[in-house]
Amino acid sequence: MARVVVDVMLKPEILDPQGQAVQRALPRLGFEGIADVRQGKRFELDLEGPADEAALARIREIAGTFLANTVIEDFVVRVEEPAEAASADNNAEEGAVR
Amino acid sequence: MTTRVGVVTFPGSLDDQDAGRAVKLAGGEPVALWHGDKDLHQVDAVILPGGFSYGDYLRCGAIARFSPVMETIIAGAREGLPVLGICNGFQVLCESHLLPGALTRNDHLHFVCRDQRLRVENAATAWTGDFASGAEITVPLKNGEGGYVADESTLDALEAEGRVVFRYLDVNPNGSRRDIAGITNAAGNVVGLMPHPEHAVEALTGPTTDGLPFFTSVLKKLVA
Repeated sequence: MARVVVDVMLKPEILDPQGQAVQRALPRLGFEGIADVRQGKRFELDLEGPADEAALARIREIAGTFLANTVIEDFVVRVEEPAEAASADNNAEEGAVR
Repeated sequence: MTTRVGVVTFPGSLDDQDAGRAVKLAGGEPVALWHGDKDLHQVDAVILPGGFSYGDYLRCGAIARFSPVMETIIAGAREGLPVLGICNGFQVLCESHLLPGALTRNDHLHFVCRDQRLRVENAATAWTGDFASGAEITVPLKNGEGGYVADESTLDALEAEGRVVFRYLDVNPNGSRRDIAGITNAAGNVVGLMPHPEHAVEALTGPTTDGLPFFTSVLKKLVA
């Protein structure tokens, strides 16, 4: 099963108060040296078929019309590497056994 | 014949009852519309109420925008059906692209709940005809994601075309660009705002009755 990941981030010019709050909390927790934090969303889409160009075009349409609001957000669509996906599947199975 | 004003209930809507009550107090007949029903039941206008439709999942208003009732409302709005979006309803209108821009997390991150002063900057829309242009009103405001944003050219166009309908006075409660509290489409039939006029229609429960003219405006517009 192919997995496609859609990352959605606020556009750079849009204020991200949540990211700012996280960034401001870091020194208090003892983590220095982080200049900026932006918070976004990650969607994992497991396809029934292969992640071919037709499937990716469809997912770009889903991302542009629904997962992201392109007035304020940008999105990136990428196919997750099979090795990574396989290990993710194994983890899921382990989780199920427990 | 009484004018029928539909009020949509989505899963998670909160202010549908108050909106219906406001319609009634203004002299109209409130008609309950259900998110899963495409049929608008011959209403003459529609209100999208406040609340947290679909739990605000994904983005505020993002899922409501694809509900069956919205299909009909979006088509109707493009043909002149008066539509008022209050708070979550405003978010739904932006997600539907019936209004430009978007609503984002309040810049201070806190949920805000206060009586808010506003200036009515456009008294020519379907929902503001009973105000004097420049009128200053006070109605409740309550939101966590009420910061209005749009790119500079969109903001300039809204200003130039007189489509900023309401502006915050005294304080900007959520970081909205240019103190914008509400806007309209070019035709003036679709209006969205973050503050809640439906909570300011009776002396007993509201800080003022400044919200009532929203509802009388549309009734007058429809019989005219």
